[in-house]
Amino acid sequence: MSDSSCPLDYSAIVESYFLEHRAKLIDLAAFLDRLDRAHDSSASNTDFRVDALRQAMALLNDGEGERARRVLELFSDMSIDIPQSAEGMKGALGAVQEPSE
Amino acid sequence: MKYIEPHGHMVSRTTADYKSMALAGCVAISEPAFWAGYDRSAVQGFHDYFSQLTQYEPARAAKFGIEHYCWLCINPKEGDDPGFAREVISIIPEFISHTNVLGIGEIGLNKNTKNELAIFEEQVALAVKYDQLILVHTPHLEDKLKGTRLIMDAIEANGNVSPGRVLIDHVEEHTVKEVMDRGYWAGMTLYPDTKCTAQRAADIIEMYGTQQIWMNSACDWGISDPLAVPKARMELKHRGHSEDIIHKLTFDNPFTFLSQSSNFTLAE
Ligand SMILES: [Zn+2]
Repeated sequence: MSDSSCPLDYSAIVESYFLEHRAKLIDLAAFLDRLDRAHDSSASNTDFRVDALRQAMALLNDGEGERARRVLELFSDMSIDIPQSAEGMKGALGAVQEPSE
Repeated sequence: MKYIEPHGHMVSRTTADYKSMALAGCVAISEPAFWAGYDRSAVQGFHDYFSQLTQYEPARAAKFGIEHYCWLCINPKEGDDPGFAREVISIIPEFISHTNVLGIGEIGLNKNTKNELAIFEEQVALAVKYDQLILVHTPHLEDKLKGTRLIMDAIEANGNVSPGRVLIDHVEEHTVKEVMDRGYWAGMTLYPDTKCTAQRAADIIEMYGTQQIWMNSACDWGISDPLAVPKARMELKHRGHSEDIIHKLTFDNPFTFLSQSSNFTLAE
């Protein structure tokens, strides 16, 4: 048992959480289908949040650990500039929009 | 088993919520000052709010055997208007000697602006001047990582604040390690959509340990759950964590941090 281990064994983790996460994955699949079915659906439709989500999905299956931390970092603002005021700024959107977008 | 709710916005909750929390074992609540969901039009709005936090809520909690403590500040969102924020800061000293005041909070950043940062620094200085604990709100979503680092840098630049007297709240997997490594206390907010679930909180504890960390529900006017802490206790129990660990995380740790204020008089 490593330092950071969960006290549950592998099969108990599956028993405890599989159905919940299966449902969340199907929700995600249905969300992506819904985007395809948008009444104005076209290949030119893009959104930085959906792009980030797709990048995050790839990260989940890259064979590396610490997925939660890395997904959160992928969605994070890594800029170093500090604006004077929030006047006119949108609230947090969950992913970072490049200035050109 | 008794627990402490170390971050609950009870002004947003019904009396029935106090009752449910008491039934679940809550013996003390600490309530930071925060954004009401709209910007107040005058400093008098904060005068009334601070009166509510220092007088009305303790009485409401006491009916259910819960001790109520609070924190005072101008929140980061309204802190982006420095002129208004300084007016609010100027009335804090008249409330700070109330017996249920634990410190200055939740101060921090919202959109990581220079205005917010200036007001944050002034409130850190206020905490130093009055020898108060500090409770920090970190920004949401994509702004959290950058904001958490700016906040820690600003506290360290003050030079007179021991990180052990500062709780940095709303940590997630990408901020918790740095917060702990720099000596601060970390708070995990169990908030359904935007912060941390009970499962992830349990994961974080397994990965980063049980020192200088607590769990809270925030339970504000958003979609939130005043029973999130007892539900997280169930999650830890389900995983096989000992009663000692669960008690440490949900009673001893908040007790230890909050007891650094002489106003925190909960019996152990
Ligand atoms: Zn809060």
